[in-house]
Order: sequence, then C-alpha cells, then structure tokens
Amino acid sequence: MKVVVIGGGIVGNSLIGWLAELGWTDLVQVDKGPFPNPGGSTGHASNFIFPVDHSKEMTQLTLESMRQYRETGTLHECGGIEVARTEERLEELRRRMASAKSWGVEGCRLVTPAEIKELVPFVDESILLGGFYSPSVAVVDSLRFGTLMRERAQAKGAQILANTEVKGIDVEDGRVRRVRTTRGDFEADVVAIACGVWSPRLAQMAGASIPLTPAVHQMIDVGPVPRFLDSKTAVDYPIVRDMDTNMYERQDGQGLEVGSYAHRPILHDPDEILSIEEAALTPTELPFTQEDFELQLEHGLELVPEILGDESVGIKYAINGLLSLTPDGLPLLGETPEVKGLWSAAAVWVKEGPGVGKSLAEWMVLGEPEIDLQSSDIARFYPEQRTPQHVKGRAAEGFNKTYGIVHPGEQWESNRGVRVSPFYDREQQLGAVFFEAAAWERPHWYEANAPLVEEYGVKPREHEWDARWWSPIINAEHLAMRERAAMFDLTAFCVFDVVGPGALDCVQTVAARQMNVPDGRVIYTPVLAPGGGFKSDLTIMKMADDRFRVVTGGAHGMADMKWFRDHCGPDAWIEDHTSALCTVGLWGPRARDILSSITSDDVSNESFPFATWKTVGVDGLGVLASRISYVGDLGWELYVPFEHGAALWDAVWEAGQPHGVVPAGIGVYGTTGRLEKAYRAFGFELDQDYDVVEADMAWWKVKAEDFVGKDAHLAAREREPAAVCCTLTLTGNTRFPLGREPVVREDGSPLIDAKGRRSYVTSAGMGPSLGKYILMSYLPPGDHGQLYVQYMEELHPVTVEVVGSRPPFDPDNERIRS
Amino acid sequence: MRILVCVKRVPLTGGKMVLTDDAQALETRHLGFTISPHEECAVEEAVRIVEAEGGEVVVMTLGPAEAEEQLRDCMAIGADRGILLETQGEEWDAQATAGAIVEALHSEPEPFHLLFFGNESADAGGYQVGIRVAHALGLPIVTGLKKIDLRDGSVRCERDVGGPRDVYEAPLPAVLTVLEGLNLPRYPSVPGRLRAKQKPLARTAVSPPAAQLEKLRLIVPEGQGKQAEILGDGAAAAPRVVEVLQELGVA
Repeated sequence: MKVVVIGGGIVGNSLIGWLAELGWTDLVQVDKGPFPNPGGSTGHASNFIFPVDHSKEMTQLTLESMRQYRETGTLHECGGIEVARTEERLEELRRRMASAKSWGVEGCRLVTPAEIKELVPFVDESILLGGFYSPSVAVVDSLRFGTLMRERAQAKGAQILANTEVKGIDVEDGRVRRVRTTRGDFEADVVAIACGVWSPRLAQMAGASIPLTPAVHQMIDVGPVPRFLDSKTAVDYPIVRDMDTNMYERQDGQGLEVGSYAHRPILHDPDEILSIEEAALTPTELPFTQEDFELQLEHGLELVPEILGDESVGIKYAINGLLSLTPDGLPLLGETPEVKGLWSAAAVWVKEGPGVGKSLAEWMVLGEPEIDLQSSDIARFYPEQRTPQHVKGRAAEGFNKTYGIVHPGEQWESNRGVRVSPFYDREQQLGAVFFEAAAWERPHWYEANAPLVEEYGVKPREHEWDARWWSPIINAEHLAMRERAAMFDLTAFCVFDVVGPGALDCVQTVAARQMNVPDGRVIYTPVLAPGGGFKSDLTIMKMADDRFRVVTGGAHGMADMKWFRDHCGPDAWIEDHTSALCTVGLWGPRARDILSSITSDDVSNESFPFATWKTVGVDGLGVLASRISYVGDLGWELYVPFEHGAALWDAVWEAGQPHGVVPAGIGVYGTTGRLEKAYRAFGFELDQDYDVVEADMAWWKVKAEDFVGKDAHLAAREREPAAVCCTLTLTGNTRFPLGREPVVREDGSPLIDAKGRRSYVTSAGMGPSLGKYILMSYLPPGDHGQLYVQYMEELHPVTVEVVGSRPPFDPDNERIRS
Repeated sequence: MRILVCVKRVPLTGGKMVLTDDAQALETRHLGFTISPHEECAVEEAVRIVEAEGGEVVVMTLGPAEAEEQLRDCMAIGADRGILLETQGEEWDAQATAGAIVEALHSEPEPFHLLFFGNESADAGGYQVGIRVAHALGLPIVTGLKKIDLRDGSVRCERDVGGPRDVYEAPLPAVLTVLEGLNLPRYPSVPGRLRAKQKPLARTAVSPPAAQLEKLRLIVPEGQGKQAEILGDGAAAAPRVVEVLQELGVA
C-alpha cells in the first residue's frame, strides 16, 4: 500500500508511527510547515488531559492515548480537579463519578472545598461547593511525542517531508490516486487527511467533505508567579477546571495558563486562515480579542486571586487559538464515503491523538480498530449535516457545551426543521414534541395525549433531572398502544436497496443471517465487524433475486449504507430510498382491525404472517406493509412514496378512531416498547465490544455461506460468554438512572468480566406494562449478591429479571405473532 | 508631572505583507493590531515617571473607533486616561495628524510637561509627527532617545550615535521621541486590565483636512525571501556552525 499522510500534528504523527508499526512500509508524510511545530493547533495546545468523559468511545481513546504518552515518557501526571460553584454542577460531578467507574478510570473522588484548598493552595475555596478530583490527570508533551512517532516511522523507511504543501489530490474512478505537492507528485492508494482546521480544504481537493469548522479558544499566560518560582516540575499543582465559568487554570512552569470556552463562539473559515508567512505568530494563533475575555478575567480573579490579583504578575501571552469543532462534538474518523482510499483523521484533540492514530492505523491495516469508533465514523453524516449552515450552527451551539452540563436527552436548537416527514403538519396539530435524529424531526411524544396520563394513572417523576426531556405522556402512549393501537412516524428510517445480479452476494457477505430466502420475507439480522462484534443490526426485505431492501435506524444509516456499498461487487449497487419513502408504524392489539378496515387485501395471520412483507391497497395507494415490530406488538411498518404520505396517515388515522388509535412518539418506539421486550439497540447494547452470543442473540443457525465476522462468530459460539446482556429492574422507583451508570456490588465495587469489561447500564427506561423501571446491562456469569446501580453517588438496588434476551413482557411473543 | 503619550494603532503583521486589491492599504482583515515597540517604551517611561513623581499620564491616539483597544492597552499598564481623535478609518498624513493633536491640546485644561512620541510609527514610518507638534507648540524636541532623566525643571536625554551617546538637556515642557530599548515595558496585570475598562476615555470626531500629500499606491518591495542555509546534519555540522558564530562575532 502506498500511503500519504497529510499533516504533522499530533494526529498525523501518531498515525504515521502506527502505520509503520503495523507493517506498512511505503509511507510518506507531508506538512506545509516546519517540524516539530508546523503551525497547527497542536503547537499551541494546552496539552492537559482529563480522562473522564461521559462517552465510552472518547474515554477509551483518551485512556489509550495516555498509555502511549506514558510509555514514551511524554506524560507528567499532576492530577486535576473539576470544581463546582453551583449545586447543579455538584450533581454533574456525581455523574462524572459514575462515568469514571463505568469506563474504568481509577482513583477519582469527590473532594470538599477544604480538600481542594489543600491540593491547590492558591484557589479561593470559599466560592466553591466541591470538586471532582482525578489523580491521573496529566500534562503531555505532544510535540515531543509527535517527533518520536515520526522518528519511529522514519526508522522503518517512511519519507517525512516538512515545508511541503499539498496542491491537489487526484481521484480516478472514485479512488484516490495521487497527491500533488510543491515537492512533486506522490502516487497513493491511501491518503489520510490529518490537517486539523485545514482538513475541509484538503478534502475538497478530492471532492470529499470533512464537516468541521475552525473555532477560537482563548488562552492567556500570566507570570512570573511568585509561588511557582521554586517549582520542581512544569506542573506541581493539579489543574483546575472551573466548570461553571467554562474556564481552566493550570500552572505552566513559572506561569499560570488561563483558558476559556466561555466566550461567544468565534468561528472561522478554513480558507481564510493566514499562511505561515503572513501570520504574526503561527497560523492557528490568532490575535487575541480582549473584549471577549473581560468577564473571564473577573471569573479567574475570583477563583485564583492570589495569582491573578497580583499586580506583579503580567499577562505575557494571549491568543485566540484555533481548534476544530464538529456538528456533534465528536471526531471525524475513517474512510470518507465519497472517495475510496481517502481517510479523515480530523477534529481530534491532543488528549485523543495517539489513540486515534493507533485506531485508524488498525482500521486501515487490519480492517477493524480495537476501540469501536462508530460514534466518530465520518460516514455518519447525511448531506444535510455537511452543509456550512449545519456545521457552523451546531459548532456554535456546541462550543459552550465544552464544559457544559449536557443532559443525555438534550436536544440541539440550531438548524432544526431540516428534514420533516409528510405527516409533520398533522403531528404539529397534535402537539408533537419533536426530537431530532439524523436531521429528521421526530415526534417524541404528543401533548394531545395528555388526557391519557390521568386515564392510565401515570405518575410524574419527582426529580427535575430525571424528568428533563421526558414526559409521563410517553408511558401513557405506551399503555394505550398495548391496550388499543398506536401509530408512529418512522420516516427517519434509512432505507436503501441493494440491487443487481450481485445483490445476493453483497447482502450475504454483510448480513450474518441467511439472506437466500423466498421473496416476501423480512429478516432481522446482525451485521458483524470482522472481529465478531456488532457493526450494526437491521432488517432486510427480500424483494426479488436482484433486490434486497435494507431498513436501518436513521442515526447510523449512512454508515450502514457505506458498509453495504463497500461490499458491492461490480454487478451490485445501492439505491437510496430514504428521502423517497415515508413510514407509518401501526402496532397494538387493534392494528389488524384497523388495517383490514382500509384494505381489501387479506391481512390475517394465516396469509400475512410475522416477518413477511406484502403490497396492500389502501384507498388506491400501493402500500408496502412489513409485518415486523420493535415494540413487540401485532402490527406493520407501512411504506409509501413521500407524496402519498399524508393520504396514508389520514387513512390510518380515520380508520383507527373507532378502535381508539393514538399517535405515539419515539419515546415509546425507542425506549419503553423495546425495553419491555428486551430488544437490544445498536450503539447501546450492541457495539463492537460485545458479540452475538454475549448479546444472547445467537438463536439463528449459522449459514454455510461466508459473511464478515463469521470465523469470530463461530468461535464465540464455541465458548462460554464472558458476560451476558441482562434485563434488570430497579427495586424502588424514586430516582431514574438514564443510562451509562455502573452496576456495582454492595460495597460499590464494579463488576468486571473476564475480558476486563465493566458492567454498566446500556439502556434505561420505564416498562409501563410491567410497572417497573428497566435497565439493561451485560453481567459476568456467577452470583454477585445484591446488585446496585450507582446513580448520583447513591446506590439503588436492582433485581436481575432475565439473564439473556427472553422478554420480560409477553415472553412467548404471542402478541407479535397473533 | 503631566505627561502626554501619543500612540498609533498599527497592524500586527507576520513576515509577508498582503495589500488590499486597490493597493491603498495593508490587508488587515485577519490581522491583530498593536502600537509600535517605541511607543510601548514611551508609555512605560511615562508611567514610571508618574509612579515616582506623581501626576497624570494621558494617552492619545488619532485613528478609527477600534483604536480604543490600543488606548485601553496603555491604560492597562498604567496610563490614567485616554483621548481618541476618531477618524473614519482613513490614513492621515503626518502634517494632518500633528495638526489634529495640536488642536486637541488646546482643549486640555492644563498644558503637559512632557509629550512623548515613538520615534516613528511602525507602519508609515514618517518620523515627523513629534517634530511637527513641537514646532507648532514652540517647544524644544529631542529625538531618538534611549535614556531619559528628569532634573528640576529640565530633562536630560541620551541618544545612541553608534558607540558613544549624545547627551541633551532640554527645559520643560518638551517633546521627546523615543526608541525601543529605552526601558523594558511591563506586561499588563489582570487587575490592570480590569481597571483599564473603567478609566475615562474621551472621543472627539475629527475630519481630515485637504491632503497635502497624495498616496498613489503601496508596493511591497521584493524581499530577499527566506534565506535559510542548511549548515549540515548532526555532529558533522559543528565546524561550520563554529565558523558562522565567529563570523557573527559571538564566539
């Protein structure tokens, strides 16, 4: 493989080093600037690392990065404290404790103001309520680390070129072919763009997009600080993150660095970044805008008056440093969906750089990274999420969330209403509360259903945090569905057909289950990664020998589509129907009564059994009805072309009135309905870290044909699972964990399985028909005694209802097959 | 002691200058702004004198509304108040600038004992404004100063002439233009920054008189470009490095 890595910051350096380590030899790295600091964001980074994040993926990348920094002697552990000025923040720090335990970050503890003072004597602890202390917080030398990685690659024959600017990237037949630079052309099979804030510009050269925006992070350095004059190391004191003011204060030799994420979002355009020659400092160290920092000075003065109030301590350096922001705050990693062989290694910070370098190298060389990168996969975006309007809107909104308290259900406010179904007007009239998924507006519940709350006696949640982004109406809609019927807007599904003479080969390769089935069948199937973990799970309708229709969740749909396209031979291709078809879900014991009243086609159980699809006529419309369910009740997904959507909705709605049909939102579809049925969800229970046997979903026979992940899957079937996905219920219904909390023993110790994975709550939500609050979690085998979920630093007892996938509600699936 | 320091808002450039399309100005869209190092020393000197002797430091500039930023910077390191002679953003020639300063001084309640200027501005480099102001006010002027000592009613000034120094003594009030190296300017402290926000700043709109000089266009001179010479690699480069150090007279 001929590889060109563009960029010599923390990411490019890590990547080239790891590619060499994994055995690729034909490597070239270019950067338009000089080494070791070519002028990108790495050069002015503050270089500290707080390991705990609520995201498993980001924490894993960070921990792997810290391991590499430590191994190379470029890490200095100094500890760090996230301090709270408000009660709300203290609560957030308690959540941080849960995430630390779930992801295995050791030694974290909550500290009192007095303890903070002891650790960091120059703060004024009187304004603080407490803090979250992470002893493993560290400062790293990212430039030194980068140099070591470049040298590692060089020693294995890589060609490293500084002061070499890329002038073009040539693409032929959808594949990257060469990189043209000021020092000549380089043929390439693989090109990685690790250019930080410049990445969009480079991607554009190849006709691809990397949706990020350069944004300003303000930073000042003051000194000399009398207290630091005798410091033994560059950082003798723990780093302080003043979370409520979106600021940090850290010792840097004899100085104190003060940084902020509090100011207004200041976004730039990659094309307007000055050249190295034009820039007064480096291109990513922009002139400081004092007016944006005034309030921060006051806040800093409040917290560290001893230093910032000292007239002899001067502001010696102040910049508006550029960093990369993305629409959802996550990195942009992986092969671009537009150009084969063109990889994005962008929107990565110093704290994740080495881990990302290793993971991407594994992905390129071995076909799969050890750390699951599904949240960071650049293929995740729909075209609507790559527009400048979306990128800038979300980046601006996300910037101030950097240190924010972000509720797991929190919705974005900018650039909404971009994709709406044909039922949108009807839903608005019904008081739909819309949540967003993949830029689609989806009703999460309907205020018009408020009277059902009393009818079904649904209780509100006492605690504001537990009740935020939630409504008791969800549970009421659920109960109405179980008793009568409910209709859902599922238009956000990603729907695409695999077409052509080679269609069967493609789906057989991608899907774990047998796809060579009679026309009219609907197969729910895992899609496996090469290592046997979950790449996705989805349903496939057999339409004809040369046509298979894939239906998958909106959020992960684009990545799934790329995965199928990657496995299409020359005689198979993909047709995307996502924006051509809309979907009404109709489920509940009355669903058949409703559907049969608007169609003359036979929809009886005998002629239209579960897991099949048919075209039925409704008011002259041809409706594709697929008898399948994610809520565990009798019913169908009904598909029509977009222009017939409103007519279909109206027909079902009218016919449903005598049967008491209700509109129901994704609160039911995505949480309450599926949890009662122990249905797993991709990105929650299902990810690359767990296999099909552990998910207890290996109830199907392994086909003779080859498929991705088959060997690993067969091996998994041969061994005892190290953990099994279980349904737990909360014993008392006073607090309601929202997911990702650790499952622990009575003494608070974590459950760790034989593979070193910790048990945590993968999904949480009410099971209204069970009258219990449900938690799913992978548990190692054996008796662990009474188990608890650790939520807000309290232990809540839980009961293991089911080990494995047997549904706690309607365990024999009588409803769905009725 | 009442001291006036005149400063000018100038772009903070890198190695390569880019002109606007009409070649009438530097392209400053993505640049920061500052005052020249000479002027930083002038402000520092004035603040030190007033810290020692008492009095007031007033900092004045002629420039666009945004030049408030530079006045606040000066106030952050100790100037007491600011005067902004606010233009519409156009460049004024030295004669017009000096005229506006002299005019503005008429409305000051009391005359200044010392008027500091940088020896020349960092952008136009006309070397004239201080001299023109002194001439208009009929005050003595000493230029290019590297050292200043106040005596009773007079000021002792030193300027480098390459080796020895010329020493001048001028009666107060006087106009002094100074050079970088006069002192080591302090950095602003955080309390200084916060105080600067509260300090008084007077804005007076000024309109340019008919220009006596006409700017045709700016030209970026053909630079020598980067002249990097690679002396060698690793230990083998040592003899050549020694040679270069000897040529430079530092070894």
